[in-house]
Amino acid sequence: MEALPEFALARPRTIAELAAARAAHPDAGLLGGGTDLMVNIRRGIVAPKVLIETKGVAALRTIAAAESGFEIGASATLVEIAEHAELRRHFPGVAEAAQSIAGPTQRIMGTLGGNLCLDTRCIYYNQSQWWRAANDHCLKTTGTMCHVAPKSRGVCFATYSGDLAPALMALGAKVELLGPAGQRRLDLAALYIGESRHDGKGKGDGKNFLGLLPGEIVLRVRVEDRGGWRSGYDKMRIRRSIEYPVAGVAVALKREGDALAGLGIAVTGTNPRPVLLEGTEALLGRAPDAAGFAKLDDLVRDQIMAMKTTFTQGFYRRRVAGVLARRLVERLWNI
Amino acid sequence: MPRLLTLTLNGRARSDAVADNLLLLDYLREKLGLTGTKTGCDGGECGACTVLIDDRPVLSCLTLAASCEGRRIDTVEALSADGKLNAVQRGFHEKLGAQCGYCTPGLVMASEGLLRRDPDPDEAAIREALASNICRCTGYVKIIEAVRHAARLRAEAAAP
Repeated sequence: MEALPEFALARPRTIAELAAARAAHPDAGLLGGGTDLMVNIRRGIVAPKVLIETKGVAALRTIAAAESGFEIGASATLVEIAEHAELRRHFPGVAEAAQSIAGPTQRIMGTLGGNLCLDTRCIYYNQSQWWRAANDHCLKTTGTMCHVAPKSRGVCFATYSGDLAPALMALGAKVELLGPAGQRRLDLAALYIGESRHDGKGKGDGKNFLGLLPGEIVLRVRVEDRGGWRSGYDKMRIRRSIEYPVAGVAVALKREGDALAGLGIAVTGTNPRPVLLEGTEALLGRAPDAAGFAKLDDLVRDQIMAMKTTFTQGFYRRRVAGVLARRLVERLWNI
Repeated sequence: MPRLLTLTLNGRARSDAVADNLLLLDYLREKLGLTGTKTGCDGGECGACTVLIDDRPVLSCLTLAASCEGRRIDTVEALSADGKLNAVQRGFHEKLGAQCGYCTPGLVMASEGLLRRDPDPDEAAIREALASNICRCTGYVKIIEAVRHAARLRAEAAAP
């Protein structure tokens, strides 16, 4: 038996108990399904002294129609999101993204909150203790140098690979947070600050990629049904289950007659944050034609930053992201 | 710090003192001697440690024992009764769904979870339900035949 490091487990049942536990232990690990956090604890990558289990908070397990959309609690499981018939009817992209995560057993365990806050990944980080020690620890753990970009001057490039964030961001979802200073709501895209600018002047990076304030927790996500929008999610993996993406793309679009009237695209698996593409309005007002797709490919290639954080080469991930985006726009346009 | 854990394991209620950092896998294997559940990758990638919690497959190598308070847990030891294999075990045995056997308890439990939820799955549903379990021997074809066979055996046993 390989013992885990010592930690205390808190099992709150209500949002108030959860918030109190979090406020008392701002450095605690938030434990959803454990499919990400427990792996990292077992590998000696992180060693929180306190774990706060979120699944016991019944009020956060609901998926409910609210106003003109849906509210999904942070402790709703991935299988519940994937199999929720009403949610799938309104927002197929969200259900497709949930269905694409890991394998069926991981989806029974994993939660929305865990997937949104999924730790960033890198081939120099997601390794055993002895592997990392032999290679000199990277700066996302205890080291001083990024092995992916040795000249990065303290900037980490570990890759964000959650699937629900891009699917929800493309639809303009908001996230509700609770912290010691109270509740606040922001665009889900604004939760992700991992800009990782090479000059070190970005807001965050692969190590500091979530815009949560100390003691803050994700309560739920709200996605509005804006009427007439179609959505989808697609990703490429080397293996079709229990595998992280080469690249994942979420598209939400609105078609009016023969013209694109709205387009949101978000990409995962390439940057230290899910990237909500800027400049997609350049494709609006006409049907997506060859020129439009060329423009789309430019947007993808310009804004994503596939570094050597996975076993798949960066240039290939960039190409795959562009192809997935084009295919998905074509599929949704022709529904 | 130890806490008292009360749960239903393989149909029987029991209570044990467990530490907060004890994994369900280690609770089953090391504390209770139920070694049918296998330690594989230790990282949630292989499915050898799959058990059922409230009839749904879960990876016991990533689940804390203390999180299972009040839950109903079934391991591979629960399946046979009176010396007889259950339908899934017979399916794997009769259709040669096991070779080296190391992944088998996990695959059996994932299949058992599938059949409790969907008694008559088609091949696509079987492939989908077993996608969290890795087998390096069989190539999966015999495993899929085994689950289909198990579904028939269950249906026969349930028929009047």
